[in-house]
Amino acid sequence: MLTKRIIPCLDIKNGRTVKGVNFVDLRDAGDPVELAEIYAKEGADELVFLDISATEERRRTLAELVLHVAEKVNIPFTVGGGISSVEDVDRLLKCGADKVSINSSAVKNPQLINDLAAKFGSQCVVVAIDAKQIDGQWRVHLVGGKVPTELDLFEWAKEVEKRGAGEILFTSMDHDGTKNGFANEALAQLSTALNIPIIASGGAGSIQHFTDTFKEGKADAALAASVFHFKEIEINDLKSELRKHDIPVRL
Amino acid sequence: MKIVIIDYGAGNIQSIIFAFQRLGFKPVLSNDPDEIMTADKVIFPGVGEASSAMRKLKETGLDSLIPRLKQPVLGICLGMQLMCNGSEEGSTKGLGIFNVDVIRFNNSVKVPQIGWNQIKHPEAPFFSEIKNNEYMYLVHSYYAPLCEDTIASATYGVEYSVALQKNNFYGVQFHPEKSSIAGEQLIKNFLSL
Repeated sequence: MLTKRIIPCLDIKNGRTVKGVNFVDLRDAGDPVELAEIYAKEGADELVFLDISATEERRRTLAELVLHVAEKVNIPFTVGGGISSVEDVDRLLKCGADKVSINSSAVKNPQLINDLAAKFGSQCVVVAIDAKQIDGQWRVHLVGGKVPTELDLFEWAKEVEKRGAGEILFTSMDHDGTKNGFANEALAQLSTALNIPIIASGGAGSIQHFTDTFKEGKADAALAASVFHFKEIEINDLKSELRKHDIPVRL
Repeated sequence: MKIVIIDYGAGNIQSIIFAFQRLGFKPVLSNDPDEIMTADKVIFPGVGEASSAMRKLKETGLDSLIPRLKQPVLGICLGMQLMCNGSEEGSTKGLGIFNVDVIRFNNSVKVPQIGWNQIKHPEAPFFSEIKNNEYMYLVHSYYAPLCEDTIASATYGVEYSVALQKNNFYGVQFHPEKSSIAGEQLIKNFLSL
């Protein structure tokens, strides 16, 4: 049976992890490769690296990081942040990334989704969508949720699927950072309307939240950062608990 | 041991190279027939679309070379699919090693399948030291139905082949290079054939 995936997300700036991590056994808390190896050993199903650096050398540092991660880590990983062209993706996949995640660049240039799917296959194209509710409507936002667009979450998600995305990473800006749980209603609606996997993101604070997002939110995978980085939730404990609720996990 | 990974411009080979390196081996990347013929083990990778991958194989003449190889050959993901009779993806003919046609998952399940699924492998020596129903990482939209060459299966809407074998030819739908310790064991098993 296909299992539900647990995905720690690492924010990267200039090749280093930025969000504080609380791993006592880590030699270098800022080293994404070392952190990635630990997560792989602890039972993470996949990893996401989100590059938030804004320097000129970002492309080169990100490619180097991907190469180092691929060298050491034996589980799949996705890279996102500032990817805007076929050439960017080509470079990252060649360095060993399994998937890339695009966000703003897909909104600005939806044809990019088609181009990437045609050249590299849908399986490596993740479209990340940040959205929040405005007057009862889920509106897509850009620039880390700062800039609202006119796009409706569900219509955009449909279009993204039609253009060849292999997966959608949906972050609710209303839930992100709150630790009050995932946006399960919107997630369930996405998961039912679309026929590609949906990754839930934003709001993880407890093990119960993961159970809820798989049961109520019908998510195929759940992504979180700080609850893992600060050891508030151990992946193994999380998966054991999910299994008790009959949610299939790799354990 | 000389391990050659067939290089025909089909997708992410870096991860496969690294997986072998983690196990202490140094695979060679090549599309040179002599290099491939003289290898002890041959890896036939592939990510992407079937008909364009097949076209690349034909351009280099590898389509006629691969089925004639005598040493153990391991096709991974699309590599495995191309070793079949043909694929619904791009309506392409395959290398005809495994007697089965690759078809698309129907829409009763989410397509592509992405993630870790359980691998059922009753008594296949190729899976020695890997427990039955172990998890492996899969990402694909097309699959090989069960057939006479099936040595392992998984279920996603239907039960289908995740590993095929005929003589010296092996194919796996999952990614051993991305399947943690279980995947590493499978690579070791292949190398000890």
